[in-house]
Amino acid sequence: MSSATTTAPESGHGHHHHNPEDRLALLKQIWMFSTDHKVIGIQFLVTTLLMLMVGGALALGVRWQLAFPWENMPFFGLLFPTEGGQISPEAYTMLFTMHATVMIFLVIIPVLAGAFGNFLIPLMIGADDMAFPILNALSYWFMWPAIFCFGASFFFGGGPGNGWTSYPVLSAVPEAAPGSGFAQFFWLMGVTLVGVSSMMGSVNYMTTIINMRAPGMTLFRMPLTIWGMFITAILQAFALPVLTAAGFMLVSDRMLGTCFFIPSGMVINNADPTVGGGQPLLWQHLFWFYSHPAVYIMLLPAMGMVSDMLACCCRKPIFGYKPMVYSMAAIAGLGFIVWGHHMFTSGMNPALGMTFMISTVMIALPSAVKVFNWIGTIWGGRPEFNTVFLNCVAFVSMFIVGGLSGIFMAAVPVDIYIHDTYFIVAHFHYVLFGATLFGVFGAVHFWFPKMFGRRMDETLGKWHFFLTFIGFNGTFFPMHLLGVAGMPRRYADPYLHPYLENLLPMNQFMTICACLMGFAQFILLFNFAYSLFKGQKAGMNPWLANGLEWVAPSPPGHGNFAAVPTVYRGPYEYSAPERDDDHWLQTEPPKSSPVPEPPKPEPTPDSAPVGEDTGSSS
Amino acid sequence: MKWFWCLFFAFWPILGIAVCLVAPGYGWWFPGPAASPLGQRIDDLFYMILIITTLTFIGTQIGLAYVLFTGARRTDPDVQEKAWFSHGSHELEVIWSVAPAFILLFIALYQLDVWADYRVKDLFPHEKMEGLLSEGLHQKRDEHDNMHLAEVTARQFEWRIRYPGFDEDGNLLPLEREPQPTDLYDVNDLHLPASAPVMIMLKSQDVQHSFFLPELRVKQDAVPGLVIPVWFEATKKGEYALTCAELCGWGHYKMKARLVAESDEEFLEYLRELHRKQFFDGVVEAESEEDEDE
Repeated sequence: MSSATTTAPESGHGHHHHNPEDRLALLKQIWMFSTDHKVIGIQFLVTTLLMLMVGGALALGVRWQLAFPWENMPFFGLLFPTEGGQISPEAYTMLFTMHATVMIFLVIIPVLAGAFGNFLIPLMIGADDMAFPILNALSYWFMWPAIFCFGASFFFGGGPGNGWTSYPVLSAVPEAAPGSGFAQFFWLMGVTLVGVSSMMGSVNYMTTIINMRAPGMTLFRMPLTIWGMFITAILQAFALPVLTAAGFMLVSDRMLGTCFFIPSGMVINNADPTVGGGQPLLWQHLFWFYSHPAVYIMLLPAMGMVSDMLACCCRKPIFGYKPMVYSMAAIAGLGFIVWGHHMFTSGMNPALGMTFMISTVMIALPSAVKVFNWIGTIWGGRPEFNTVFLNCVAFVSMFIVGGLSGIFMAAVPVDIYIHDTYFIVAHFHYVLFGATLFGVFGAVHFWFPKMFGRRMDETLGKWHFFLTFIGFNGTFFPMHLLGVAGMPRRYADPYLHPYLENLLPMNQFMTICACLMGFAQFILLFNFAYSLFKGQKAGMNPWLANGLEWVAPSPPGHGNFAAVPTVYRGPYEYSAPERDDDHWLQTEPPKSSPVPEPPKPEPTPDSAPVGEDTGSSS
Repeated sequence: MKWFWCLFFAFWPILGIAVCLVAPGYGWWFPGPAASPLGQRIDDLFYMILIITTLTFIGTQIGLAYVLFTGARRTDPDVQEKAWFSHGSHELEVIWSVAPAFILLFIALYQLDVWADYRVKDLFPHEKMEGLLSEGLHQKRDEHDNMHLAEVTARQFEWRIRYPGFDEDGNLLPLEREPQPTDLYDVNDLHLPASAPVMIMLKSQDVQHSFFLPELRVKQDAVPGLVIPVWFEATKKGEYALTCAELCGWGHYKMKARLVAESDEEFLEYLRELHRKQFFDGVVEAESEEDEDE
């Protein structure tokens, strides 16, 4: 399918690499229009890491205003000349809206599914590429129109200021948020386009995982990363169309006057009363029907990757592999029936609130099981305290906080008070940053050698971890207290309210920590770029891990494996007592039977055009 | 270095708990004890969950620290023990599935009453209103439909409040759903009687807002197109903050208002004052001007 890119390096450019034009052509062929899953994965990774810096910069704008309200912010005047250095209330709404938008749609979802999903799925299941390589490339290239739309929305009237949740009527009537008129349209187009990108990835991942596993790779021999990606892909496929439809409804409300979400008789900003008959709550239901499962889309792959990394770092099998799989499935299943907990104060039927509350409280159960199993995995292991392991432990430690704070808001009466306060902000940052991003940082360090054939620098990695961890907790832990003190979200100047005045010093402390955390990310970027060229060379299996990706060369060539690997066991057989080695590759034939009899694969006829005894043995 | 990281992961939960313990002393905690009976029940529920989650937090973080320390010990040169080759334990999985399940189920069921009292309209304790404003207010009030004392309409970026007016004999009328010529109006200043449950109608004129009384632990979104009943009971007379908790545009933070909880007499007097201002017929005005001239 993608033979053009395979043959490119050999076909004529062999020893003309010093000619810049040739290099450019080569670069174009390999990178620009590559359909190789590894290239696409790396493209996603680099794009999302850059977007992480953009989203972080927007967050620092929010933090600046909360710490030093109405004072001129450094650099801000240069970027937004119309604001003249001071963050106006309109700019403030834009900042937190776009911070969330960039972080959710352009960083966390694509870095998990796009970057690591793409890179790891074929390698870990022993396939030569994705099932649909061209679709895969399209899923990356649809990110750019989305980035363009989000970027364009900055330049139309100061940017969209309706929050990433974009609740109508505020987001449906241009007069409601003056200045953000066309920006909101671009924002909705951006969301739709990232949705298209995710959907193309999602069908591809499902198909690949179901049909293209190597011989012997039964479902319950799949690494938990693959389970996470698989369940995430299913979630995406079922939840995303609802958001896309809702987005188009909102666009047509704005552009065509359809009034899906606009009730009649609303007098907005002294305009004529609206004619309508729509229902704003409808948007909330549709939006959260996607966006709550999306929370798990932003978490499950990281849970899987952390499980794999922890087992490898501790030289120990995963504790309770099947409970881990089942609890991921349970989280995903329950994830579809908890969306109403975002709407406890919205005025829906109280009986409905009760049912949503019970499903929400119960989703803590599989999460708890996972935490116990991670601790069980470390228990009795021989951890090497490298950057990967530190980030994974931070993942577990932070996820405990994020999970436990979730119980407060699952309890509806308590949620009445803490809803839309900083307690919520603390909660989801502990889950999405504290858990997911630390997992991603670990994964970057762990799979970097496979991506580029070199290791990342350990000292820099540890400094990055140390500063990020301190900055993170210094920024987000106090937010719990702000929430308990009743500080609402999205206030440009909370200190206008006497009961919040005493929170200013704490907000200043948090902003300093946030700056530290932002600074630390430059260490990561530097380490990434530096190690790309100067990092210590890594062999095929630098971590002595068991998974299939470690029997491919680093970096793997096109097609990944020299021969289709055959799988004899699960990926977590570390420190087996009958072996001297503490790792046991999935592809290594069992010693007991000298003539290996590979187990028959699951009924997936497509995946086995193989001479089966060529399974590479190390 | 490995011992440093072990201590690092053991230290931060201790620091976190220490911060939470000193926080109330610095005012980084609830804005005062709950000023309403239902708010008190919310606080009790909060503290119950806080205790359960804190114990879980301490337990899991100790567990994490323990496995880190013992794991690090295992790699010491004098020990060099192989990792424990274990795929898990069925018994442990059962224990740590069933035990949290019971705790969570308990939390889920325990709070249902509070939620119902907050939101199920049939449970509004209207009988407690019997003593309220005994002269004028109560007599025309039928207990199922018309228990509202005020209508709060949120708009960008203020709270507009509509009260019932007086009839010709000076008796307080019930608040009708539709505006009446006798109605009284104010902005950003909600007066209500204390020490009895009161119900208001919550509406929005433009976009979505949220009616938030932090000291009373009351929050309810004002959704365009819906009229939502909200009830609460201020236990003490006094002034309370009223803010908006749902993003409603650039001026979201500016929707600052107050709730004044006062005695029945003060409330009636406040309404009479509103009535006098709103329906002044010039005569009163003229007299008062004369007074000022003198």
